[in-house]
Amino acid sequence: MAQAIDEFITVGDEIADSAAPSGPIEKRWDERKFSAKLVNPANRRKINVIIVGTGLAGAAAAATMGEAGYNVKTFCYQDSPRRAHSIAAQGGINAAKNYRNDGDSVYRLFYDTVKGGDFRSRESNSYRLAQVSVNIIDQCVAQGVPFAREYGGLLDNRSFGGVQVSRTFYARGQTGQQLLIGAYQALERQIAAGTVEMNTRHEMLDLIVVPDSDGTERARGIIVRDMVSGEIETHTADVVVLATGGYGNVYFLSTNAMGSNVTATWRAHRKGAYFGNPCYTQIHPTCIPVSGEYQSKLTLMSESLRNDGRIWVPKAQGDDRHPTDIPEDERDYYLERIYPSFGNLVPRDIASRAAKYQCDDGKGVGPGGLGVYLDFADAIARMGRKTVEAKYGNLFDMYARITGEDPYSQPMRIYPAVHYVMGGLWVDYDLQSNIKGLFVGGEANFSDQGANRLGASALMQGLADGYFVLPSTLPDYLASHHLEPVTEDHPRVVEARKAVEERVEKLLSINGSRTVDSIHKELGHIMWEYCGMERSEEGLVKAIGLIRDLKNEFWTNVKVTGVNEELNQTLERANRVADFIELGELMCIDALNRAESCGGHFRSESQTEDGEALRHDDEFAYVAAWEYGDDDKKVLHKEPLTYEYIEMKARSYK
Amino acid sequence: MKITVNVWRQKNADAKGAMVTYQLDDVLEDMSFLEMLDVLNETLTLAGEDPVAFDSDCREGICGSCGVVINGIPHGPEVTTTCQLHLRSFKDGDVIDIEPWRASGFPVVKDLVVDRGAFDRIIQAGGYISVNTGSAPEANNLPVPKEDADHAFEAATCIGCGACVAACPNGSAMLFTAAKITHLGLLPQGQPERDSRVLGMVEQHDAEGFGGCTNIGECTTACPKGIPLDVISRLNRDLLGALAAGKA
Repeated sequence: MAQAIDEFITVGDEIADSAAPSGPIEKRWDERKFSAKLVNPANRRKINVIIVGTGLAGAAAAATMGEAGYNVKTFCYQDSPRRAHSIAAQGGINAAKNYRNDGDSVYRLFYDTVKGGDFRSRESNSYRLAQVSVNIIDQCVAQGVPFAREYGGLLDNRSFGGVQVSRTFYARGQTGQQLLIGAYQALERQIAAGTVEMNTRHEMLDLIVVPDSDGTERARGIIVRDMVSGEIETHTADVVVLATGGYGNVYFLSTNAMGSNVTATWRAHRKGAYFGNPCYTQIHPTCIPVSGEYQSKLTLMSESLRNDGRIWVPKAQGDDRHPTDIPEDERDYYLERIYPSFGNLVPRDIASRAAKYQCDDGKGVGPGGLGVYLDFADAIARMGRKTVEAKYGNLFDMYARITGEDPYSQPMRIYPAVHYVMGGLWVDYDLQSNIKGLFVGGEANFSDQGANRLGASALMQGLADGYFVLPSTLPDYLASHHLEPVTEDHPRVVEARKAVEERVEKLLSINGSRTVDSIHKELGHIMWEYCGMERSEEGLVKAIGLIRDLKNEFWTNVKVTGVNEELNQTLERANRVADFIELGELMCIDALNRAESCGGHFRSESQTEDGEALRHDDEFAYVAAWEYGDDDKKVLHKEPLTYEYIEMKARSYK
Repeated sequence: MKITVNVWRQKNADAKGAMVTYQLDDVLEDMSFLEMLDVLNETLTLAGEDPVAFDSDCREGICGSCGVVINGIPHGPEVTTTCQLHLRSFKDGDVIDIEPWRASGFPVVKDLVVDRGAFDRIIQAGGYISVNTGSAPEANNLPVPKEDADHAFEAATCIGCGACVAACPNGSAMLFTAAKITHLGLLPQGQPERDSRVLGMVEQHDAEGFGGCTNIGECTTACPKGIPLDVISRLNRDLLGALAAGKA
């Protein structure tokens, strides 16, 4: 086993400093804030802060830093910060308010997060997340976020994601939209106040790293492309924050937005930033299945559907009868059969893998046999169509619009799809990467979710990082170092800019015979097949070879039309896909190295007799932080994980 | 199925544009409208031609990035966003005109892409509640009647796509502006800035070159989120109130 991985990696030093706090866990964040240095209000406007990405984490951080009086510049690739993909989150946001008096507490949310993350997250970070969650709700309500309310006028909650308390705040099926609009409005207020300069339709293409007078390498700015004029611009600052979201689009098909990409974090990785746990991906069980090769993205159907829908496949392989013609005793309600106590409500990773096994076994339904039924016939018989309509009407309409099928009269077809990534740039407790002055927030960092994320926790993390964590840790960094200004003619700046210009020229000059999308789709097929719901040593080694070949194919045979000096969406995509290819390779290497199953990462060699995920805590209770190394070998730095408060246990949902 | 599309092609903001005809011989009714454009673009790219530029991001109908005028109707024949429109809404042999939003407040950037920055500037003029991070009181200290909260939510579901402007014969952005006035004006948190908000946003709306509202109602018919026309009545009431109070 050890041999296959040795070909691809070298093991470097353990992570020496993760800024880990000590003392009682409930006091760690308060003490960290108290020990942080502060910046005199009069000096703040002289300090330049760059924030890339204006979703929940980025917009919240930019607004808050602007309010504090810093000179902030923000960048996003969309035409407005209101479009960021945070907007698409449906379900809700967790907070340990205990408004239900059902035994919830900061400690319980902390416990659920660590357990849900399958004991691969840091206790200190998860505790802070739970602690800050209550402030997020207060902040959002004060901004006018219209959360669902009860008749008495107080905030409503629902339960979510297989926990035993009701702690999820929501705004119908559009919680992400409402939270993002709240952060967006706070950001626009600061733009009007002149503290934030917003640059829309600007994409970051490189990070500028400059040594200070002591020789310490520090992030000092970014190179961006104005997507309308094509101009390559240099922006320098005292600190750089990346809040650029996740990289699920490495699979081509995912529930991410078309433009979601890894370029900002990958360019930072190429400049020395470690990439943490890249193989941890979350595959969501209830998405609308693929209908053809032309498909551009996948659509999530809220997990709440599993509260009333029953999942089944025909007992016989290749049974192509209409679902309503298949009699009850010829159906296999496999989740209810295998997991009698949780039934259709098992966690996301388990539900996803179970669907894959049924389809692998030839029992899948719909085009290509890649789907299972989610049936509401019993729910409609029990509650009546009106009640089902009131609960799920908007989701049923969405399903009908996309598939052309009526989910009231026949079961929905669903299949798992890539939804979220727990991996991201490695950061310490202060959300600072190993490159000093480079901070990373939201889905773009790896920090709080471990190997698996619970439902309604992504919005929580984005806003915790943006409103509360970064605005406390950035000033400490800024107050601790006096940095000389970096001018545009600094050799490092010139070098970074030149590299970007050469890359753009190179992409435009290849003029091969394959479209960017065709190569992206091929990458997606490789990743889904070998680094998707189930991974094996043999498959991953094969995938690494295929991806290396594809990288060569891309750089010799891609066709990018048009010129740089105008809006050129093909060029934008080509640049992103080039980075996705390199990321895909690293994901496979990370998955190959982690010869255990945990959370969203399932290795076929590491399972119990019943086919459940089997962790190996003695060998793998660490964060894998990858240094780029060279094209052949990546350098692994381990950060050991220790659990002082919560006992490491195997998850069981039987 | 086979379709013919007439697409507005315009190299940049300053260039003159024109409709260009393309044949698509092999599209499927399960494709979304934007996937049909993807297919067209793959073909154009392989032929060495410049693909059609259009905005889209989430393709789930929530981000508001996409939006084109299809056969004269913003977002096309169904009440939904362009990304959620499928070819099954069309017939084999159909000829489909595809144009960008047309409004003086939304200059064309390229082909089907327009600049909607004016919407952000209208929000900057007062479309928020002034509360700094950290200064918020406990959330449940201020109950909000469920009915008000639900109405505020309905207005807040605006996705800022701009279909209302494209549909309006006057090129007015009143539905967009009024949705925000209504969302924040219905909540107790939004009361202190209610007058300054409506004055600031309406002034910015006019400064951006959007036309006046004459209650035609095309906006609400085109709105993929069903924002009702009565939000504009509320805006007018707030505006009169603010003017009468001498706040201007």
